[in-house]
Amino acid sequence: MTRGARLTEWVALYALSVAVALALASVIVEATGGDWWPVVEALVDGSIMAPGRWGGTLGIAAPLLLVALGTVISSKAGLINIGQEGQLLIGAAVAVYFSFRIGGPGPLNVVVLLLFGALGGAAWASISGLLRYWRGVPEVLSTLLLVFVALQAVGYGLKWQWLLLADEASRGNRNLVSEQLAKDNRIPRPDIFGNEFPITVYVAVALALAVAYVLARTVWGFRLRMLGHNPRAAQRAGVSSTVYGASALAIGGAFAGLAGAAMFAGGGFSFGNYRLVPGFSDNIGWTGLLVALLARERALPAVVAAFVFAGLRNGAGFVNSTGVQSRITDVVQGLLVLALLVPPAVVFLRDRRRARAAATERV
Amino acid sequence: MLIDFFSAVGDVLSSESTYINGALFAALLAYAATGEWVAERSGTLNISVEGMLLSGAFAGILGYHISDLIVVGLVFGVIGGLLIAAVQAEMSHRLTADQFVVGLTLNILVFGLVGFLDREIEPQALRASTVEIPILVDIPLLGKALFGEPWPFYLLYALVPLSWWLVYRTRWGLELRAAGENPQSADVSGIDVNRRRRQSIYYAGFTSGLGGAYFLFARIAAFDDSVIGGQGFIAIAAVIFGGWTLWGTMAGCVLFAGALSFQLSLQGLGYELNTELLQALPYLVTLGAMAIFAKRVRPPAALARPFIRGLK
Repeated sequence: MTRGARLTEWVALYALSVAVALALASVIVEATGGDWWPVVEALVDGSIMAPGRWGGTLGIAAPLLLVALGTVISSKAGLINIGQEGQLLIGAAVAVYFSFRIGGPGPLNVVVLLLFGALGGAAWASISGLLRYWRGVPEVLSTLLLVFVALQAVGYGLKWQWLLLADEASRGNRNLVSEQLAKDNRIPRPDIFGNEFPITVYVAVALALAVAYVLARTVWGFRLRMLGHNPRAAQRAGVSSTVYGASALAIGGAFAGLAGAAMFAGGGFSFGNYRLVPGFSDNIGWTGLLVALLARERALPAVVAAFVFAGLRNGAGFVNSTGVQSRITDVVQGLLVLALLVPPAVVFLRDRRRARAAATERV
Repeated sequence: MLIDFFSAVGDVLSSESTYINGALFAALLAYAATGEWVAERSGTLNISVEGMLLSGAFAGILGYHISDLIVVGLVFGVIGGLLIAAVQAEMSHRLTADQFVVGLTLNILVFGLVGFLDREIEPQALRASTVEIPILVDIPLLGKALFGEPWPFYLLYALVPLSWWLVYRTRWGLELRAAGENPQSADVSGIDVNRRRRQSIYYAGFTSGLGGAYFLFARIAAFDDSVIGGQGFIAIAAVIFGGWTLWGTMAGCVLFAGALSFQLSLQGLGYELNTELLQALPYLVTLGAMAIFAKRVRPPAALARPFIRGLK
């Protein structure tokens, strides 16, 4: 088959799969008595078209992308980290804890705060790494179970002033909130055409390029991929699964923790307004995981996927007004990920069948 | 402080509700873990069990909503579980998509879907009536928990031995275990490996769907998207804890459910201990138990390795 025909086929297959997924979602909307077209309009309005909305979308895309990049790294090593939600929350909490205890100049503080966030997330993910390589506990379970532990740990921290709780003067009559981050410690949010978003967006995209480069072009990235593809071959080639696997998990956690710290210091419509509050992580960790899955665990496609899912999430705010529950966007996200799994599998199976047919002909 | 703690533990252990709650959660875990155990013996690590439970619970309340019959609710629950199983099985063991990616996505998709449908439809249900088995129910402490339960509970007494019999005493079970231990050899001897794996996932969908619906009718009879709240993953942990034997798996279910019910009872009895620590307790116990036991057991040799003929 020529290259052009192959490309057309890929595009057609993907287009078909996505169309089926969207059609299924619209059937679900219609079946529950809604109209699908107003929902689409609301999504487009809420994510891009309405004044000031695309800035919000970018603001959501940044943490999603960061979480997804971490997931890409750990999954390249063949590990299944599904605890991003907890790693993000712990990262945010550690960043909050230190942000009010270090007193450097503003811009430096922001950097230090982000670093502490990354460290917190890495430490939390490393618990799973330790359990995996020392005690043989599958990381898919330990990362997940630690999410629930993280939620309680941060809830506990928000009850005590020596941990995270703000003093009475600054929290008013609210309970369970941290201090508000001082103005000169925040991540800048430039205003472009009436849209404002934290500059974390640029950082996240730059990191995506860096991750793609490191995975594809460095020895470290090569070894990581080798470990993911064939652990036995990797071991024979001198790649320690403990060292590389544990560091892949830690780096994955660091990205999630960085996302949490960036959400705290970068503001945004639902991220607690520069305070740590209960429910702060707001499913960003889970959605970030889905972003990585949608991008089929590759760094550059994750950029696109993050913006699409951020758009769906931001647009969801407009959907309720159409009389359809906004959680339909969660359904759309899941269906999209499943749909994109189909084309590669179909092509793989068909190529194999052809190869086998060709082999029997030759005999 | 320490004396307080011991008296609290004593009170919890001597309160009947601890055991009733424990049995409730243990049954939910056992329904899910039984199917999950069958699936894992065939070599597929089916992590969509959480989604199957949730789908079963929602389909259960939907079935009751339209028919006012708990039996219909249970049948719907089974169908709900089987639907998720169908996607998982066909995508990962026919289309060769990655089983973890499919499973994770399904969990999140089901979570969104039932949350959406719940708010659109707002189904209502009633608790299933309890059936007390005479004499046995009068056993102190444990009687009510084991023999005075809502009637769908008793299906478990048949389901678990049946699953054991299917896996260890039938040809189908032998082929299934072969697919989990050495798929290449199984394939050569004429067993359709991926077909056995699909069937085992359907079996997991059946038990988990039933379990989700059971839990709904046994506990609160109202739906909420957090009703399962990670219990499916704890069921997977129970299978690992049990070393891929059915009885070990059941022991894991009882232990993890015990931790959960201990926490609930302690709060119910009004003890002011550290609530966050208590809430995290079931997860910490699960993690701790796995840290101790995960290395001492041997998983099915081909667990979580996809089988594609001609590829190793």
